[in-house]
Amino acid sequence: MHSPIEIEEDEITMALAQADVLAGLKEIVEEVAGIPAATVEMDKNFTDDLDVDSLSMVEVVVAAEERFGVKIPDDSVTDLVTVGDAVNFIVNASK
Amino acid sequence: MSIKVAPVGNSRILSVGSYRPKRLVPNSEIVDRIDSTDEWIQQRTGIESRRFAGDDETVISMAKAACEIALKRAKLTIADIDTVILSTISYPFQAPSAATELINELGNPKAAAFDISAACAGFCYGVGMGSDLVRSGTSKNVLVIGVEKLSDYTDPDDRATAFIFADGAGAVVIGQSDEPRIAQTIWGSDADSRDAITLTPSFLDYKKNPTKGVADLGWPNISQQGQTVFRWAVYQMSKAGIKALEAAGITVNDLGAFIPHQANIRIIETMAKEMKIPDSVLIADDIRTNGNTSAASIPLAMDRILEEHPELHGKLALLIGYGAGLVYAAQVVELPPRP
Repeated sequence: MHSPIEIEEDEITMALAQADVLAGLKEIVEEVAGIPAATVEMDKNFTDDLDVDSLSMVEVVVAAEERFGVKIPDDSVTDLVTVGDAVNFIVNASK
Repeated sequence: MSIKVAPVGNSRILSVGSYRPKRLVPNSEIVDRIDSTDEWIQQRTGIESRRFAGDDETVISMAKAACEIALKRAKLTIADIDTVILSTISYPFQAPSAATELINELGNPKAAAFDISAACAGFCYGVGMGSDLVRSGTSKNVLVIGVEKLSDYTDPDDRATAFIFADGAGAVVIGQSDEPRIAQTIWGSDADSRDAITLTPSFLDYKKNPTKGVADLGWPNISQQGQTVFRWAVYQMSKAGIKALEAAGITVNDLGAFIPHQANIRIIETMAKEMKIPDSVLIADDIRTNGNTSAASIPLAMDRILEEHPELHGKLALLIGYGAGLVYAAQVVELPPRP
């Protein structure tokens, strides 16, 4: 009975928290693209709302890979339309 | 019984020459067909203009013009050249090679001559081979040429590439040296990313479909996956650059100039940031006014930076070529002496 619960707890501890990833991503976007961290929210579209173009997006992705220790393949980058998409991808990839 | 070989010597770049097509094409001539703007192109690539060759400016005529300048500056004639290495992806014949047409035009049809296909890395491939040929004693003076007429292989309606590629030629003469002045070449491939930059269809597609022509099958224009190439170029090529510096036994602080392939100013600037190149090092930015000329871009940029900053003659430069394949080559060279 106890063992499945313990495994779930381990998984929760291993995965990155959404709030921590968002905080880290805010810093990265500010550093790479010069966008004030305060404007980087979950529902913001990288291209339309934050003016992060496709090449800056690559810089954001590579910085995020280093910071969070996850892999974000080239094929997945185009799926990261909003900040929330990126945060959720990183959280899932860290599990 | 042992065989006789020449003692290993040293090599240097004796001179550089270049040819830029006459017609300057500003972004304003490109934007209408791709529904874009001058501002957008400059922001994404740094390109303000590029040069397109006219009908009378061929791969061979441009290469010849660049070689004649390089030979004159080296105080040599074509008769002194025993080897010609030409890099291009835009010579419109599979065989004989562009290099053999070039030596015939230059007036020394007896030199060893061959083409290499390493796209935008081709010039640095050629410098590496030319240097080693001189060092081994196989060759005495080598002409290394990068030349492209990419306007023939660019789709003016392709929103991803129409504004990038351009035409031109650059050449260096590599000869013997008292001291090492071309360091070890760091080169390789990431061929699992061959699809990142392509020219399709193949010539055989036209033969297999005789009733179809270019209108149906398309022309082998360059297409590329921008984000994949950007990521590889910035983060893998900066590592190759660091390895080339280590192989030369120097650091970024010893450089006079950084002359990478002129693919995109954003790649160049981000690569320089990754490599922590200090402000004291001049960074070639020929891309801004002359676009991406593939194999020709490094010698074109080298000639220009020496013209604008003559104090760089004899100083060290890091060259990094990278492109379709994906393939790359990097080396530290001493820039040629003042002519």
